[in-house]
Amino acid sequence: MTDVRPMIEVRGARKFFGPLEVLKGIDFSVARGQIVAVIGPSGSGKSTLLRSINHLETLDGGEVWLDGVQVNQTLARRPFERHINSVRQQMGMVFQHFNLFPHLSVAENITIAPMKLKGMAKADARALALKMLDKVGLADKIDAFPARLSGGQKQRVAIARALAMQPKVMLFDEATSALDPELVDEVNLVMKQLAAEHMTMVIVTHEMRFAAEVADRVIFMADGAVVEEGKPDDLFRNPVQERTRSFLKKFLNG
Amino acid sequence: MQGLDFSIVPEYLPLIGKGLWWTVVISVISALFSIVAGMGFALIVLYASPVVRYPVRLFMWLFMGTPLLLQLFLIYFGLVQIGIDIPALWSGIIGLSLHFAVYNADIFRAGIASLDKGQTEAARSLGFGAWQTRLYIVVPQALRNTVPAVGNMMIALLKESSIVSMIGIAELVHSAQLVISETYRPFEFYLTAAALYYVLNLILEAVLRGIERKVELSR
Repeated sequence: MTDVRPMIEVRGARKFFGPLEVLKGIDFSVARGQIVAVIGPSGSGKSTLLRSINHLETLDGGEVWLDGVQVNQTLARRPFERHINSVRQQMGMVFQHFNLFPHLSVAENITIAPMKLKGMAKADARALALKMLDKVGLADKIDAFPARLSGGQKQRVAIARALAMQPKVMLFDEATSALDPELVDEVNLVMKQLAAEHMTMVIVTHEMRFAAEVADRVIFMADGAVVEEGKPDDLFRNPVQERTRSFLKKFLNG
Repeated sequence: MQGLDFSIVPEYLPLIGKGLWWTVVISVISALFSIVAGMGFALIVLYASPVVRYPVRLFMWLFMGTPLLLQLFLIYFGLVQIGIDIPALWSGIIGLSLHFAVYNADIFRAGIASLDKGQTEAARSLGFGAWQTRLYIVVPQALRNTVPAVGNMMIALLKESSIVSMIGIAELVHSAQLVISETYRPFEFYLTAAALYYVLNLILEAVLRGIERKVELSR
């Protein structure tokens, strides 16, 4: 390994919603090809943390770096807009509620960003869309509209849409929380496949079993702070902190 | 007393047809302008800097609070006084367009506001800028979601277009009046004009239903 620079680095991240401090100075980094799962109770700030990585939330303090470039740098409005748009092109984001564009076909959902942002020709973009859909097992849905897809299929298309920009990292914000239980596996399978391809991933999730299976490292957050982090085996089997223990106990019994 | 006699109508159909033609031309052009300008106003009201936003809001407020007829008179007769001489046809089109643009703007504004925030976030997360997101994601969806409401406005526009006869444009009502002044047969020719408006509206409604069905498929 020559490049030991972390892919994602967050230093002292602080965020307020009104008087409420939702991130109380968070530090963490993700190495190239590493998979980090962030777990914790609702309201712990894990989604806010993830969203601040690609600046969907603006931090009130601290820094976020992607592959050696500061994401939340201080710039005038227009230069910052240009900067953040180019940074975001390198980060794929998958949302809890899929957020597919309902007025566009599956193909168009995937091709619109490569075509409009990278100037890719239509035929090339379609070939790319087909390749990405093949990856998530939905090549036959290329001309369908999102309304005709199941939740699991929508989320797989959303993953394909993000992958089509060839991002350096993928951010998953509770990607399976809105799905019916029987549709969770098909999405998890795609994520596991990405993990096998050494995609750098940050996964915010409620699914402990999936986190244990796929993550290289697990971060447990509560009340806007990192309580404990470690290898999944250690954190799930021998949590050090009382807060972690009680959370996991509630989860495993509930 | 004089009975109804429609046998006189065919003789004057070419003249009535000309009026019908201008009603269609004026309505179609005004409808398109009112939709484009309406979306423009909606985007300005929602996103532009205060320097642009407040004058536009004031203008919209003035246009909503005054009658179309008065607006037409101001554009056609009033502006001449300060050296802006707009031909009657264009005065009519401008008046109708702006009048309905203001209503459309309100519909579009609500349509945009009701879009899920996740749509914008998804677009921004892919790397689209704020205006690119509006252009490719927000506006097309707002247009689709407001087809029924804007469609109703366009039906109103078609009927209200008769008001431009007041500034001397020979549209359907105006040409009916011309014929009546010659034949003294108001009932027959007003009814003919009414029937033609009705047919136009049936066609417009069919077109709108077609658009709605197409939009429904992609939702």
